[in-house]
Amino acid sequence: MKLDFHKNHRLLFNTVFWGFVILSIIIAVVPAYYVNDVTPTPGSKPMTFEEFQGLKVYVSEGCMYCHTQQVRPLESDKMFGRPSAPGDYAYLKPLDDLRMTPAVLGSERTGPDLSNIGNRQPSEAWHYMHLYNPRSVVKTSVMQAYPWMFEIKEDPLPDDYIVSLPPDDAPKNGKLVATEDAQHLVAYLLYLKQAPIKILGVKEIASTSSNKTGLNIGESIYKSNCASCHQQNGEGLTAVFPPLKNSSVVNSDNADEHIGIVLFGAKGRTIDGVKYTSEMPAQKENYSNEEITAVINYERTSWGNKGKEITAEDVKRIRERGK
Amino acid sequence: MATSRPIAVSKSNIDEIIDEDSRLTKLIYSYLTSAVGWLIFGTFIGLFLGLKFVYPDLGNYPWLSFGRLRPIHTNVVFWGWSSLSMMALALYVVPRTSQRRLFNIQLSRQALYIINVSILLGVLSLLFGVNNGGQEYREFIWPVMWLFALGISANLLNFYNTVALRKTEEIYLSNWYIIAAFIWTFVVVVIAYLPFYQHSLGETVIQGYYMHMGVGMWFTPMVLGLTYYFLPKLLNKPIYSYSLGVLGFWTQMVFYSLIGAHHFVFSPVPWWLQTVAIVFSIGMFVTLFAGTGNFLLTMKGSFRTIKKSYSLPFILVGVIFYFLASGQGSLEALRSLNEIWHFTNYTVAHSHLTMYGFVAFLIWGGIYALLPRLTGKEPSHLLVGVHFWFALIGLLVYGFALMIGGTLQGKSWIEQQPFINSVELMSSFWLWRAIGGTFMFIAHIVFAVNIVKMKPVLSKEFETEKKIASEPI
Repeated sequence: MKLDFHKNHRLLFNTVFWGFVILSIIIAVVPAYYVNDVTPTPGSKPMTFEEFQGLKVYVSEGCMYCHTQQVRPLESDKMFGRPSAPGDYAYLKPLDDLRMTPAVLGSERTGPDLSNIGNRQPSEAWHYMHLYNPRSVVKTSVMQAYPWMFEIKEDPLPDDYIVSLPPDDAPKNGKLVATEDAQHLVAYLLYLKQAPIKILGVKEIASTSSNKTGLNIGESIYKSNCASCHQQNGEGLTAVFPPLKNSSVVNSDNADEHIGIVLFGAKGRTIDGVKYTSEMPAQKENYSNEEITAVINYERTSWGNKGKEITAEDVKRIRERGK
Repeated sequence: MATSRPIAVSKSNIDEIIDEDSRLTKLIYSYLTSAVGWLIFGTFIGLFLGLKFVYPDLGNYPWLSFGRLRPIHTNVVFWGWSSLSMMALALYVVPRTSQRRLFNIQLSRQALYIINVSILLGVLSLLFGVNNGGQEYREFIWPVMWLFALGISANLLNFYNTVALRKTEEIYLSNWYIIAAFIWTFVVVVIAYLPFYQHSLGETVIQGYYMHMGVGMWFTPMVLGLTYYFLPKLLNKPIYSYSLGVLGFWTQMVFYSLIGAHHFVFSPVPWWLQTVAIVFSIGMFVTLFAGTGNFLLTMKGSFRTIKKSYSLPFILVGVIFYFLASGQGSLEALRSLNEIWHFTNYTVAHSHLTMYGFVAFLIWGGIYALLPRLTGKEPSHLLVGVHFWFALIGLLVYGFALMIGGTLQGKSWIEQQPFINSVELMSSFWLWRAIGGTFMFIAHIVFAVNIVKMKPVLSKEFETEKKIASEPI
């Protein structure tokens, strides 16, 4: 058969259709299917009924157009928490029969990231004030105010949530009461906590990264840069970030693989029978051979690990050899 | 001056006139009036949203809130304005290049009703805070989007059959692009609205695919296909290289399909997916050079004609923005640049440079080329000029304000300054954005006036007269 796209419309448009369908399946449907059912990050909890209702309010009011819920593995995102892991989104599901799984990751950061807002800003009162009038707590904020989520009551009921406000913003006649929507929304915002809670906060990272901490350099680098994923105790996060404790890579006599992963990063690797989708970022640009040696030796001798220690020569050799 | 200015080009012989079908003219005009109505509405909302960044307490009511109006702005200009106006032009181009009548006029008329109803329902549901889950450009809930897809399918069927029953031996390149755009969009909508693989991060993977293909496999091929007709036609010479157009077509399909995940660089979606997306984003330069090179080389030596025409300048601007804005999109995918620009207002500038500088300008070029010749009624040349310059200046002010501001935002985050700094530094840029947006909106009002001016005369007495007056292009 002659492949003449110019004259044979059936051939042309069949190719166009099937070609695109196949490409779409490879690039969208299969990967989506693959992460459709991730294991929740250990320590994270499903939403309660109120929190889920709050997510619905979050979606209805379009909060995701200005707030992301994805912390990238970048310096600039450190203030928002640890890098987001696939398991952080495990509890997201379609809202109801009419609406699909909400796109909370977002694409724009006009306001701050909210992945960890429940930890970063745990005050319920602050959230109510902020929703009612963002500029009452953050003067230069450009956030939409949500006064319709509140009502002014002259005689609030005993179980009404009364919002405390500075005198200038307070209603003249009566008390400001949070509606159910507002209560649900705040419940959802406070639910947004990155698990596990033990993970190093930004300030702790900052304090351990300086050389004044008295830790050896390997431990210092580990705690400020590696522990947010692999954890202080070296146990990682099940199915998300591999453990270093008892890891075959860390304990093997030949450290080449270990050095290679630290230098050049890793992705989609199966370690001790578990496949990890999250990426290990390459560190070769960030650290000298000596620093990498120190970190690797710290890892190979901590938490009961008994890996053979390495020298800067080994790192140099692997660095020159390349991936 | 205005009246003495000649219409850009004399008619050409490349394709014959089939006949003058006033029903088709009327239908095209209906598509255009709907499109223009949505343009005015959608960009009024856009302007209002822009002002909210300057006056955050403007309109503290649920129906006027940012989170509800933003998807209305984007969906209305996507599905209402851009899609309907592209289809209006395709209603002419597909039959003309197939040298036969449109397969079924009634079908496309019904498609217009269906699409208009779906957008209206979508807008109402968004006003009530009922959206699909805040997935950008996918905010219409499924009953609304299936209705929209039904309208698209009706036109797909119509165009496909028109091409299938063509009187030419070869399928003209425009029809490759136009019909493929319909096919791809239909596939994209189906994949995006099937729920089976869209829990947790599955939704994100599909969203990357959707928000990318919804734009790049619909608007891009549609306007490219239309330009492959209007540009050579207006210049009265063949396209520089047919083969480059074919190369652009296949690379569009293969490369572009694979790069959706570049909207989620550094996110927890599988890293290989992001890397594939980045690699093929750079691959898109092949498509981009093929397309713009082809158009610009076709224009080469004809700049006198462009100067004398009021539609060709729109096309020239559209082609330049196709190159600049798509190239910009590819660069934004690189991890090093993504780190600076992702999440910032730079992205907002980019989407306006593409959807406005590239897509809308090419559509305007097509409309000003086609409609006067179809109805025999010319718009005021002065007002077309006003439309052109207000739209262009508005877009440049808008784009530069947000590109500079966005870069500073990204820098502020990298320096780990307190977050609020990145909000405060934007205030003057947001003001300039609103000013640019005002210019753009004024341009749209003028455009609407021009469209009214080109209204076909359709009463029976004038029918014959119109047929004589109207010239094919």
